[in-house]
Amino acid sequence: MDFNYTDTQDMLRDTLARFLADTYDFESRKKMIASDAGRDPGIWRALATDLGILSAPFSEEQGGLGGGAIENLIMMEELGKVIAVEPYLQTVVIGGGALKAAGGALADAVIPEIIGGNVIIGFAYAEPKGRYNLANISTTAKKDGAGYVLNGHKAVVYAAPWATHLLVTARTGGSQRERAGVDLFLIDAKSAGITRRDYPTVDGFQASEVYFENVAIPGDALLTGGIDLIEQIVDEATVAVCGEACGVTRKLHEGTLDYSKQRQQFGQPIGRFQVLQHRMADMFLEVEQIMSMTLMATLKLDLPAAERKAMVSLAKAKVSRSAKFVGQNAVQTHGGIGITQELAIGHYFKRATMIEGQFGSADWHLDRYEQLTLSDGT
Amino acid sequence: MNLEFSPEEIAFRDEVRTFIAENYPVELRGKQDEGDELSKEDFLSWHKVLAKKGWVAPAWPVEYGGTGWTPTQRYIWSEETARADCIRLMPFGLTMVGPVIYTFGTPEQKAKFLPRILSGEDWWCQGYSEPGSGSDLASLRTKAVQDGDHYVVNGQKTWTTMAQYADWGFFLVRTNADAKQQEGISFLLVDMKTPGIEVRPIITLGGEHEVNEVWLEDVRVPVENRVYEENKGWTCAKFLLAHERSGIAGVAASKRGVEKIKEIAKTEMDDDRPLLTNPFFRRKVAELEMDLTALEYTELRTLAGEAQGKGPGPESSLLKIKGSEIQQRITELTLEAAGHYGAPYFRGFGEGDNEHPIGPEYANRSAPVYFNVRKTTIYGGSNEIQRNIIAKMVLGL
Repeated sequence: MDFNYTDTQDMLRDTLARFLADTYDFESRKKMIASDAGRDPGIWRALATDLGILSAPFSEEQGGLGGGAIENLIMMEELGKVIAVEPYLQTVVIGGGALKAAGGALADAVIPEIIGGNVIIGFAYAEPKGRYNLANISTTAKKDGAGYVLNGHKAVVYAAPWATHLLVTARTGGSQRERAGVDLFLIDAKSAGITRRDYPTVDGFQASEVYFENVAIPGDALLTGGIDLIEQIVDEATVAVCGEACGVTRKLHEGTLDYSKQRQQFGQPIGRFQVLQHRMADMFLEVEQIMSMTLMATLKLDLPAAERKAMVSLAKAKVSRSAKFVGQNAVQTHGGIGITQELAIGHYFKRATMIEGQFGSADWHLDRYEQLTLSDGT
Repeated sequence: MNLEFSPEEIAFRDEVRTFIAENYPVELRGKQDEGDELSKEDFLSWHKVLAKKGWVAPAWPVEYGGTGWTPTQRYIWSEETARADCIRLMPFGLTMVGPVIYTFGTPEQKAKFLPRILSGEDWWCQGYSEPGSGSDLASLRTKAVQDGDHYVVNGQKTWTTMAQYADWGFFLVRTNADAKQQEGISFLLVDMKTPGIEVRPIITLGGEHEVNEVWLEDVRVPVENRVYEENKGWTCAKFLLAHERSGIAGVAASKRGVEKIKEIAKTEMDDDRPLLTNPFFRRKVAELEMDLTALEYTELRTLAGEAQGKGPGPESSLLKIKGSEIQQRITELTLEAAGHYGAPYFRGFGEGDNEHPIGPEYANRSAPVYFNVRKTTIYGGSNEIQRNIIAKMVLGL
């Protein structure tokens, strides 16, 4: 058993942390979000070219540094510490992960472009009615000669306004909720017939409703693997979001601790009050358990599907609940100032809140865990 | 002891229900459903309808313009207004400074201010908290020094709700720096148009402008606008906080909130079934109803006690704690019901903007409302302070 990071992994974390410390302070982040694009494209370029770290989770044959899920965890945790609005999850973890798993000519062509910072991917999987069931989709991809024709509406596609490509789940066969017949396509975001309604999200990102109307896509846009592949990459993404939660909740706890030492009421720092000491101790317990569950799930991503799903669900359920506890108590301990836009703490709280439901709420994941491990009553 | 309404009470309920149906302003209908931010005119339109009817301040003594309703009638009133989705009235005049003025004020103050609170002519705000004085309110530093027949006030207040609209504010100020903290505070009524007052917005997490900083520089306030004796303002402040707490339970509004969650969860699909049939979600709704019923009957016992002459005491802290926690859980469940559509940040319809909302309508403001309502366990004396009050005043610890 070994929970140590390698020297290379430590170096990756240091490189990114130092870069973000220089570029991603609270005021700079505010300016990026307020700008027309809603981000600073220079940051992404620097991650790709100056730092060269978008290559971290890709194999050496693909031009990467030979890493994987642990590297993604490191990246997500550090990005979470500054509540970065960078499309790393969507582009590298999800898009890159799907291409790595599916392989083939499309992967060989696109992965170097991801590493080079030229490709940004939006993951169009959610639909207005489907909630968290990845197979409950009505977007269709009909075979048409050598290619397909795409029709449908995808909901809340993070990073879509910035995307060069969309990774789309669509039905090539089967009925509404059937697992068979769900496929994954990587398509040009500028394809004719795609329209978007763009909007900001409550946690500072940019997202879109994406509509496909008779969008003709080439046959080689299909990433083979079907629903099993989709579930695998969503599990990887779920664990990556847990990694982000490690950074976000760590900062919520630290910020609360600092504030409780500075804020004076009744002639003493409020951190001297036992009721707040116990609360901050409890927050600390939750942050540590978020870290433990995230590492556990990261190390189990290569297990057979049923075990992988069960353990990812257990982790995400715990992370969702703990993120809520840490976020709510961080705000409560700050008092009024915690609900304003003025302090960073409120912005971390907003992201923590969105993490709770991303890729499934605590209830949904506990339910999935129960069905996989407890349903036969033994 | 019984829980039934009498025939007279049922007749009263029907009268109230009919009145609301016929008189609630058309332009307000459906507004709160969408979590809209309401304008000053919105708030005043309903206020004025009730003022005309004589129902705007049910709890006030009849001699000052109250209705003379029994606690049961007041309960029916709050039930019916919540049931009809009426907007709430701004509490700063009606349930905060009004009772302070009719309890502690001079005949001149009563004659001048109470009718204008009832009519809605004056919009009030509350100058209590300061940057360094939140939970420890008695440490406040805004200073008032007497100069002839005026006080000269200097300092800074914060979290002043809706001060951007206010005509008048009630302020706690320090008039004796040498006395023990609570004994050097006075209660002043301040015309917000007085030179030297500056109101600066504070924007909260959902993007709303509800609260403000109020800066006071050499603001001259006539001594006749002090309520009660000099240095005895803390008595008014404590009286007001107890009043504020009892209204803060918000039972009727929370009942309506739970009903809305049920309506949402009947139509919102959870994969292949309505969300309300999801056992986890349904259990949370049931638990909310359990706790809300416990709160409701605790409040009813308090109201009945009031009818027998027991003023709202430290027990009202219980109503504040449980009421605020329930309000938060309602927003939490609404956000959970919204699923993916909790994420889009939708600012409501602007003038002439006919764009459809993103996702189901209830989802549009679910996250901002959830963020905003974190305030309920903080304001009106944080829940930590309320628990201290119970420990000290009720339990004698």
